[in-house]
Amino acid sequence: MSGQVVVAGDAAGDLLVSMEPLSFWGGYDYRTGEIIDRRHPLSGQIATGRVLALPNTIGSSTTTAVLLEAIRAGTAPAAILTIGVDSFLALASVVSNEMYGRSIPLVALEPEQFQVLLTGTKANIGANGRVQVH
Amino acid sequence: MILSDYDHALLSGAHGPAARMAMSIITRMAEIQGARELLDISQAHIDSTIYMGEAGLEFAERLAGWGAKVAVPASLNVSGLDECNWREWPVPEDWAHKAERQMRAYQSMGCVPMWTCAPYQTSMAPKFGQQIAWGESNAIVFANSVIGARTERYPDLLDICAAITGRVPALGLHLTENRGGQLLIRLDNIPQRLQEDDSFYPVLGILVGRLAGHRIPVISGLKAAPAEDQLKAFGAATASSGAVALFHIVGVTPEAPTLEAALQGRAVVEEHTITLDQLRQIRRELTTSAGTKLDMVVLGSPHFSVAEFQQLAPLVEGKRRHPDVPFLVTTSRIMSALACERGVLAPVETFGARLTVDTCILATPMLPKSVRVLMTNSAKYAYYAPGLLATQVVFGSMADCVQSAIEGRVVRDDTLWQS
Repeated sequence: MSGQVVVAGDAAGDLLVSMEPLSFWGGYDYRTGEIIDRRHPLSGQIATGRVLALPNTIGSSTTTAVLLEAIRAGTAPAAILTIGVDSFLALASVVSNEMYGRSIPLVALEPEQFQVLLTGTKANIGANGRVQVH
Repeated sequence: MILSDYDHALLSGAHGPAARMAMSIITRMAEIQGARELLDISQAHIDSTIYMGEAGLEFAERLAGWGAKVAVPASLNVSGLDECNWREWPVPEDWAHKAERQMRAYQSMGCVPMWTCAPYQTSMAPKFGQQIAWGESNAIVFANSVIGARTERYPDLLDICAAITGRVPALGLHLTENRGGQLLIRLDNIPQRLQEDDSFYPVLGILVGRLAGHRIPVISGLKAAPAEDQLKAFGAATASSGAVALFHIVGVTPEAPTLEAALQGRAVVEEHTITLDQLRQIRRELTTSAGTKLDMVVLGSPHFSVAEFQQLAPLVEGKRRHPDVPFLVTTSRIMSALACERGVLAPVETFGARLTVDTCILATPMLPKSVRVLMTNSAKYAYYAPGLLATQVVFGSMADCVQSAIEGRVVRDDTLWQS
């Protein structure tokens, strides 16, 4: 499938998928990469190095700062897929690029594309927004 | 995208490296979000002040080191530290020094050190229709909804870029046509006495946030006339369980004199009816702890206002908290000074309460590890504490919190929640 490039880049990893939105502040521990929102279905999962698929973020405006810390600390997901553009996540990747010369790829999908994603399957993300699942 | 001469000058570095980086980030975000141009803002509120780790500090110090200055009045949100009193708590020394460096960095850019997440209750509150760039989810939703100022949901790091450049992408809630309600939420048969109670608003807010997601909800059928702090608690809750940046309450908020006005004359495409049963369910879910064990009571997220101190004072007057249950109020220096001036701080302190200013329990590592069960009247605390602090929480009204602190165990009056 082909999505909208939000922040371009190549990545590969195991998918970690939820239809529930997440606040990274209070929801993502940048020290460990663990999802720590105890009310979220992915609570306890480690997202580091995986292709995280969430419809969008919610809640705190500190979500961006948490993802920036995770990118710097090497605990961020390999890439993030969302339904539509999530500006909080996009900003973290853009600032990381300005600050450290590295970013994580972000691709925005349509709802029907998102629905076929399954936790555990492998995904390859291309800089052109192409998402291959196998 | 069309950029002005000023935008180009900033991008080229003519106003220095800090303004260049800030404008580069603003224009890249504008492209990602599909804006066609930028617009001027006349005020900002900076949430990037919360120290969390090395990256946020490096970002702040890089800007400060380059001599960054804000182009518009900018207030500072809570920081990672109660600057004067942190040593009274087990805050690690190393954390404190880094949090202090982050505070200094933002002050050096010319921001006003309000150190509060309720800037809308200070002299820096914006005006109706004013174009602003605010961070802090609860402040954003209050500024848009209750005041009628215009801000997008600015995440940390973008807020300071907006303040340095005075420019933001012209989109979203900055534009009149995007401020109309997108779903209608009707209150059905909710008892008036419950609607007048403080504990109603955080619970309603959590449910509305969940239904609305990132859309603009219109609430109709509210019979009570909510006070400012009730709207504050409602908004903070909608911005915790959802990504609400603007709500309308028909007959209450400034852009919703009528349902038609709130919807900007458009037809209703999605409608929900909220029942007392649903609200009871949300109230139950806000509490994660079973039993009556209680380690601490915390009020004040968003920061406690002077009106809330005035409400708390008669509840605690002549009483004393249980020796094993600390009672903490998180607030701003401004509000604690006002409460002192008006004579409502003394009874609170005599009761055995302590104050923390500049920050809150979610933003600074101040709580002793022995605190396992927290009680609060704040939906925001109740929502985030289990993940951020790994504590259990009990949600109750302000009166429940006081009574529990006196008895040393959780007690809640459920009368209003029974039909």
